[in-house]
Amino acid sequence: MPEVVIPIGPQHPALKEPVNFRIIADGEKIVRLELNLSYNHRGIEKAAEQRNFIRVLPLLERVCGICSHSHATCFAKGIEEIMGLEIPPRARYIRTIIAELERMHSHLLWLGVAAHEIGFNTLFMWTWRDREAVQDTLEEMSGNRVHYNMNEIGGVRCDLTPAQIEAALLRLPNLEERIKKYREMVDSEETLLIRFRGVGSMSREEALNYGAVGPTARASGVDYDVRRDDPYLAYAEVPWNVVTDTRGDVYGRTRVRIGELWESSQIVRFCLENIPRGPIRVDAPKNAPKGEILSRYEAPRGELAHYIRTNGTDKVERIDIRTPTLANWTSVAVCLVNKNLADIPVIVAAIDPCLSCTSRMVVVNNERRTNGAGAPGVQITSDPKNRQNRM
Amino acid sequence: MAGSDTGLSQRLVNWARVKSPWLTVYNSGACNACDIEIIACLMPRFDVERFGILAKGSPRHADILIVTGHVTLKQASRLRRVWEQIPEPKYVIAMGACGASGGVFHGLYHMMDCVDSVIPVDVYVAGCPPRPDEIINAVVTCLNLLGEDAAHGGKEWRQKKPAGGAPAEKTSAEVS
Repeated sequence: MPEVVIPIGPQHPALKEPVNFRIIADGEKIVRLELNLSYNHRGIEKAAEQRNFIRVLPLLERVCGICSHSHATCFAKGIEEIMGLEIPPRARYIRTIIAELERMHSHLLWLGVAAHEIGFNTLFMWTWRDREAVQDTLEEMSGNRVHYNMNEIGGVRCDLTPAQIEAALLRLPNLEERIKKYREMVDSEETLLIRFRGVGSMSREEALNYGAVGPTARASGVDYDVRRDDPYLAYAEVPWNVVTDTRGDVYGRTRVRIGELWESSQIVRFCLENIPRGPIRVDAPKNAPKGEILSRYEAPRGELAHYIRTNGTDKVERIDIRTPTLANWTSVAVCLVNKNLADIPVIVAAIDPCLSCTSRMVVVNNERRTNGAGAPGVQITSDPKNRQNRM
Repeated sequence: MAGSDTGLSQRLVNWARVKSPWLTVYNSGACNACDIEIIACLMPRFDVERFGILAKGSPRHADILIVTGHVTLKQASRLRRVWEQIPEPKYVIAMGACGASGGVFHGLYHMMDCVDSVIPVDVYVAGCPPRPDEIINAVVTCLNLLGEDAAHGGKEWRQKKPAGGAPAEKTSAEVS
């Protein structure tokens, strides 16, 4: 059979974000997947080298709009470790609360998008409606719905008032009720079962071989969570469980995420009820001593790693960001082989892809280039004079 | 746009356009924050469909293009192509600080200055990211603009006219 190349993206009705798939299909079956991810490359790592620690935190939050707190906390945690700072317990708890609220909003968002991909728009509307309660809490605590900017080197920016804690606790019972409802739904709702069960399955060995992280790996039975295996913030003091599943398909990933939603709500409840008193930040020195660190963090999508190297100044010498989506793409490309074309949206959505984090710059050697990675012949002309001025 | 607002068919078209604009969203290099706020707009709480607004995937169906974020060099030609596919009259909303000026990313090596350097922008929304209410406000502003343009028979009435050859001198003075 002749193979057909189906290009999708970067602008496509089915896509929310710019990515380019070249799907090589044989009839209805997928033979191979070629990805072109880096449409949104912004050069954040380079920009981070030119800004001091205070200015770098808001920049790193904007690596990704959905897991913004993850990036800022991961960086702040690394720098604090290099500086030898111990942040106050209250700051640790506030960071944990924001982190878990972020996980809840991200998972609710994902559940909605996954439901949308299979045409179940009622669930899409429900989860996004429930997500607004989380957003309200985040807005009350930090002042913004999406980029919270709660972190500073040495603590957090603003304290939680008793009124805020009370308002957050009041919203939790309703959310817990809804999460229970979703847990029931995913086991009983025929629409979900038909489209999720057995789709995009990946064995434990495959998940390990291709370096899957986060809920994608945990759904395949990889019992690994940075929050438990390398505890940071307040996770060592909070009772909670790592949610795993053995199915490895989209159904398993949905169950893991809904399980994590429940665990997150319980962590938030525990932290809000047991938040210690005291200061919310310690004074941090302006400069960090020479050193290097690999700071790890369990973002909603999986393990996030920041490699940070400092050289005794108030700027980083090098920062390298490995986002969870980048680690998960290989497993998607493998999952898709020999599957039906119609399963692409739901399998791709199952890793909760975030293309903005993932964009990389790749230097392509044109002479050795064999496939069409990157649209050839399209050049944008920008005024060189202007650009030099800006650099 | 075929200028006159006198013909019945033209009046009907203008009426329909203001009552039910369709919009398409293009992520030209955003961090996703603006995108999720736009989706939040479509959801039960903010519900832009009460203004007759419908999000469409294809630019060929759209009246309003919402550009989220700044424009990366790689995306600039794509954004231009998406914009060219939208039928006239078309309107562009640039989202957030990034759409207006590049925001925190201003001056990075893989960035255009702003959305305006690639396609003409009609409405800017402030914020990083703008709240859904502000996005709704921007779309409603855009609708008012659409109505006024229809009354004036085109977009030309609100374009600044160069003051008799002076602009060329002015820009050269600014550069030096």
